[in-house]
Amino acid sequence: MLSSSRAALVAAAAKLPRLVTRYGYCTTAAGERQQQKPLSPKITTHPTRNDRAKDPRWKDIDMTRAADEADVVIVGGGPAGLSAACRLAQLNAEKGTEMRIVVLEKASSVGAHIMSGACLDPKGLVELFPDWQERGAPLHTPVTGDKFYMLTEKRAIPLPLLPGMPMHNHGNYIVRLGNVVAWLGEQAESLGVEVYPGVAAAEVLYTEDGSAVKGVATNDVGIAKDGSPKDSFERGMEFHCKQLIIAEGTHGHLAKHLINRYDLRAGREPQTYGIGFKELWELSEDRWRPGYVEHGVGWPLDSGTYGGYFIYHLNEGSPLAAVGFVVGLDYSNPYLSPFHEFQQFKHHPHVAAALTGGKRIGYGARALNEGGVQSLPKLTFPGGCLVGCTAGMINVPKVKGTHNAMKSGSLAAEAVHEAIGSGEIEPATYEEALRNSWVYKELHSVRNIRPSFHLLNGRLGMFGGMAYTGAVWYFTRGREPWTFSHGGTDHEKLLPAKDCKPKDYPKPDNVLSFDLLSSVALTSTNHDHDQPPHLTLYDDSVPGQVNLSVYDGPEQRFCPAGVYEYVELDDGSKRLQINAQNCIHCKTCDIKDPTQNINWVTPQGGEGPAYNGILIMTTELQKSPQVDMKGFLLRYETFKGRSGWKKRWAVLCDFCLYLYKEQTSKECFYALLLPNSRVTQSHDSSGQYRSSI
Amino acid sequence: YIHIINKADMAASKGLKILVGCKRVIDYAVKVRVKPDRSGVVTEGVKHSMNPFDEIAVEEAVRMKEKKLAGEAVAISVGPPQSQETLRTALAMGIDRAIHVEIPLAQLEKLQPIHVSKLLAKVCESEKPDLVILGKQAIDDDCNQTGQMLAALLDWPQATFASKIEPSQDSKQLRVTREVDGGLETIDVSVPAVVTSDLRLNEPRYATLPNIMKAKKKPLAKMSPDQLGVDLQPRQEVISVEDPPVRKAGAKVESVEDLVGKLREKGLVK
Repeated sequence: MLSSSRAALVAAAAKLPRLVTRYGYCTTAAGERQQQKPLSPKITTHPTRNDRAKDPRWKDIDMTRAADEADVVIVGGGPAGLSAACRLAQLNAEKGTEMRIVVLEKASSVGAHIMSGACLDPKGLVELFPDWQERGAPLHTPVTGDKFYMLTEKRAIPLPLLPGMPMHNHGNYIVRLGNVVAWLGEQAESLGVEVYPGVAAAEVLYTEDGSAVKGVATNDVGIAKDGSPKDSFERGMEFHCKQLIIAEGTHGHLAKHLINRYDLRAGREPQTYGIGFKELWELSEDRWRPGYVEHGVGWPLDSGTYGGYFIYHLNEGSPLAAVGFVVGLDYSNPYLSPFHEFQQFKHHPHVAAALTGGKRIGYGARALNEGGVQSLPKLTFPGGCLVGCTAGMINVPKVKGTHNAMKSGSLAAEAVHEAIGSGEIEPATYEEALRNSWVYKELHSVRNIRPSFHLLNGRLGMFGGMAYTGAVWYFTRGREPWTFSHGGTDHEKLLPAKDCKPKDYPKPDNVLSFDLLSSVALTSTNHDHDQPPHLTLYDDSVPGQVNLSVYDGPEQRFCPAGVYEYVELDDGSKRLQINAQNCIHCKTCDIKDPTQNINWVTPQGGEGPAYNGILIMTTELQKSPQVDMKGFLLRYETFKGRSGWKKRWAVLCDFCLYLYKEQTSKECFYALLLPNSRVTQSHDSSGQYRSSI
Repeated sequence: YIHIINKADMAASKGLKILVGCKRVIDYAVKVRVKPDRSGVVTEGVKHSMNPFDEIAVEEAVRMKEKKLAGEAVAISVGPPQSQETLRTALAMGIDRAIHVEIPLAQLEKLQPIHVSKLLAKVCESEKPDLVILGKQAIDDDCNQTGQMLAALLDWPQATFASKIEPSQDSKQLRVTREVDGGLETIDVSVPAVVTSDLRLNEPRYATLPNIMKAKKKPLAKMSPDQLGVDLQPRQEVISVEDPPVRKAGAKVESVEDLVGKLREKGLVK
């Protein structure tokens, strides 16, 4: 340990936790190794599961917390939380009220835990900031082309994308969502909101009688891995607020706690989830099609496993594309590894064709909610409410939830503002406002698409789902009088290992597919090694007795970061080892653990992944578009039943034809990606040339 | 409740005045990528934080204040506008005030330890600290030069790779234990002096939220290299930055005879 360059630091940090957990060694100042007493079989040392009041090591530690007052505390600085903050600040300015608004975000900077690369419907943003373009929101890539494919093992069958289908993306933007969130954070701060990144909200505080929420407490720091206090121990602080908005994203840990405490799921279905992977690829220039959006289903997932992929080509100066893969967490085979399905998918000839010659520069994973309206809990509780993905508002067939999250944040802000003004404890108008908004209409209309996958007991799988979407949904648009159920929780659907076939995944080739640990390294995730693992277990003996023996330890396979490992001890038995340092905060383990024994709690603030979505500050970003050609074109258009030729202003730029209603129009109303199209000539009776694209 | 430090208290107390250097670097856990044009590494959008050795330096300054060895601790950072965040972290750990020498983006990539040490020397002329504590090296360039150059420019004694700082037996000097290749070396240095921190000097505290909120009120002064009269002309030119070569696969041998045979093949053994 005498050499102290960066590499040694990283190596030391990576090695230490495993050494301490497995063998109980530690290094002293002079680098000698001392053997400690063998560690007890205790896996979970976190204070949430070990009462420090009864722990003699904590006898003399002062546990008082500093407290501060705010009007509204928002836990989570993502699209929903920041929209709520901005809307509240806007309302205060409009109505002349004054409120202290505090946003607590566990990532070291706003946007760092947001997985980059998304196709954003700007609806939510436009309502919040109609002048978003002038404000410089980083929406740089309008969608120029849209395709949907069905992959078989060798082929990619294009399926028609009719306008009106949820996968149709005209009018949307491809963004690096972390950048958008960072920009939202700046807007919030300029509006007077206090945004504190690097601070994790660890505990909900209740009023004396325990009926209402009165605030949150931030995480303690300086607790050693074995649960004892370090010299650097410091208690978190408390924020007492009139209203608490929980915006933690899918399956937030405080949300989970509140949902249980106030029984917010009574009379509703439990939430169902998927795990989403994203990789950021630097493509070779000749395969880059800026603005192009592709979605698809099929290989390598079998028809009984829900999932799909997307590829979004960004247009921000360099040939970047976001490659994503979703696997529904209601899969039944414990041998399935979503990560390996994703890696295998990239070898499909159609996908490999796009990625060959490129370089993978980013990786991340996060659970996403798939339950839609059936799984929306009651959104308010005494003292606060849930917004965004924490409640579960993703439009699953559209694979979009950010616009709904932003809108729900705005609506919650309005309800909270009203509640504070009138002294109400529960912002009850929020739920009704959401039900009357376009968020609910949209979610209601697509409510049957995801569960249609389970039609006929899931025997038709993906085909059943697609058949339903094409044959029924396209005509009824959700007006059908029935509502399908999801059929239970995801974790209940896991079958015992003996009833399932093990899966053999091919080895990564390190060109298109990669191994798990090098992928996790790309997330730049890090946690202080000397802290209790934040993946806590209700019962330490369950992994060995149930997870491993009945389900063959599925957590080894569904965790996208290699946190869970069953290591063999000297006596031949296997023990669960939790590599908490690798965690990328995706929450999949909390969702899919068949025994629901894993409870994810927040680690110290500022830790976790560091996805590269932070606002780009250099000049390389905004190249002014090179216009190749411009002029007038006649276009055959149909409007309200009448057809005719209309003269439109056309601009040819970057292999894309943009059409404007007038020469002076600021925004194009139609964009056509030329490499995707074919031109045919035809003569009409008047002898003029016509081209069809 | 939040306790605000009384400025009058600070002025009245005696003890050393400490200047601590902090550098904003790419966070040590980040996977670094070389730029496609091989002129450097990608820094845009990448997580940055305070150089770990500088965190240790800041922690030492704050501990010396707590032990009443020091009266005032000032943090200084030479870097882009975002270095202010690094200084705010130092303030949150207990530093009293901060100085930011802002370097325009165009000159940032060419900034070298010689420039930084000259800038620090100029600041020392006006601030007149008794002790300057710097991290021993930055984890982005691994130069290990700034502390030593600064001591030479100021003609002050230096104690580098410090793993312990305490008053000497006669309390007129500082007794510093240094980590050297052969083990540990203890020297007495007279103040003013430059000390650089090594890994085992201390374990830095966390910057907790109440302290971060307090730190917003602490003074942060801005300066420019022109004001300090230092020219930032680069003395070195970076020709290329490349990934380390991929480690080639090795070969396994079954017996000693095999091994000797392979070594003979490669001409390493006759």
